[in-house]
Amino acid sequence: MNAHAKVLATCKPWTRDEIAARAARDIPEGWYVNVGIGIPVLLPNYIPPEREVIIQSENGILGMGPTPADDKINRWLINASKKYVTLVPGGSYVHHADSFAMIRGGHLDLCVLGSFQVAENGDFANWTSDGDDMPSVGGAMDLAAGAKTIWLLMDHTTKTGESKVMRRCTYPLTAVGAAKRVYTNLAVLDITANGFAVRDMAPGLTFEALQDVTDAPLRLTN
Amino acid sequence: MINKIVQTMAEATAGIRDGAVVLIGGFGSIGQPNALIGGLVEQGAKDLTVVANNAGVGHTGLARLMEVGRVRKIVCSYPRTSDPVVFAELYRAGKIELEVMPQGTMAERMRAAGAGIPAFYTPTSVGTKLAEGKEVREIRGRKYVLEEAFHGDVALVEAWEADRWGNLTYRSSARNFNPVMAMAAKLTIVQAQHIVELGALDPEHVATPGIFVDRVVHVPYGEPVVT
Repeated sequence: MNAHAKVLATCKPWTRDEIAARAARDIPEGWYVNVGIGIPVLLPNYIPPEREVIIQSENGILGMGPTPADDKINRWLINASKKYVTLVPGGSYVHHADSFAMIRGGHLDLCVLGSFQVAENGDFANWTSDGDDMPSVGGAMDLAAGAKTIWLLMDHTTKTGESKVMRRCTYPLTAVGAAKRVYTNLAVLDITANGFAVRDMAPGLTFEALQDVTDAPLRLTN
Repeated sequence: MINKIVQTMAEATAGIRDGAVVLIGGFGSIGQPNALIGGLVEQGAKDLTVVANNAGVGHTGLARLMEVGRVRKIVCSYPRTSDPVVFAELYRAGKIELEVMPQGTMAERMRAAGAGIPAFYTPTSVGTKLAEGKEVREIRGRKYVLEEAFHGDVALVEAWEADRWGNLTYRSSARNFNPVMAMAAKLTIVQAQHIVELGALDPEHVATPGIFVDRVVHVPYGEPVVT
């Protein structure tokens, strides 16, 4: 085991909930935010209660709240992952064309999506992969085209250890040059004109060890 | 007197022809008009093209319609739901066609059909596989893809309340595609949880006005089950 592998083996990667909480912490008050399927659906559970952030769900919810207690479930109210959610006071329902008018029309400050791959030029791929015979795009291409900012919440590597943070995506793209920031289980990366800049790393991780498991070249912020 | 309320599922589904394009409301199982889909299974129309957000879950509703072999093609945004067993088997056996469409493009194409707009430009899908073969035009410095209106022969809609004119309200996130599909089809058929007297719906709360609705059938099934 080389030195980098030792660091990776002993560092504490963020869990899915911790990735969602880490991203939630960075959302300013007053933003309208869509959360996609995958890790992002956990995000509404971590918005600090004193901060007003309005969550949009593609299936026609503006003002989506966290997961309900078992005895408070509204069986007509689900999120993009088809899980029960709540509506916050002030929330509203719209039909799909209006929901995607919000999405495509540039009204959302932020959209947080899961992804299979992300590249240093902001391209990302999250709808179909090699050998996938059931491509499923959902609202991802509309969100990527319409939200003011795109953040991705994803694992840093595949289950077999290959980097998902790449020089160029190899899977079919969801959007060209759209992603601005990536939260993985190992790091928080900004996508800049000069590629990936590391904002934060999981506890115990070093820059060198992170670079070792990342296809794209990284640099430290400042 | 206008009365769009019909008493039986046979009346509700009468006249749906083989080869029809059928728009089916719902997002997953919420807002999906399962009783009408069951009626369509009984009615027997085949070679259908179905437009829905997902490709059916488990063995009920839309999945049932596919399982009995009535669907030639499905147009949807997201077939890979938690349990698309019926669709996956048919698709892998080459017995059903799939067209994947971005969800917002799908919604807007139907809205456009209902609104008399033959086509529109959208930023969605620019530079991706789903834009291949489509006209791309630069407008004010940004690229857009041309998408055409998508008309249905039939729309199957689930509503919360309905009156005899076909005015509708919806319940929470079960609204989803239903109002858009109601606008986009030549024949719009609604299953409603509650039938109310004309004038009982608050006009401020009507989400689909009756002009978009042809038939209403009362299906008070209670609460949906997320599958």
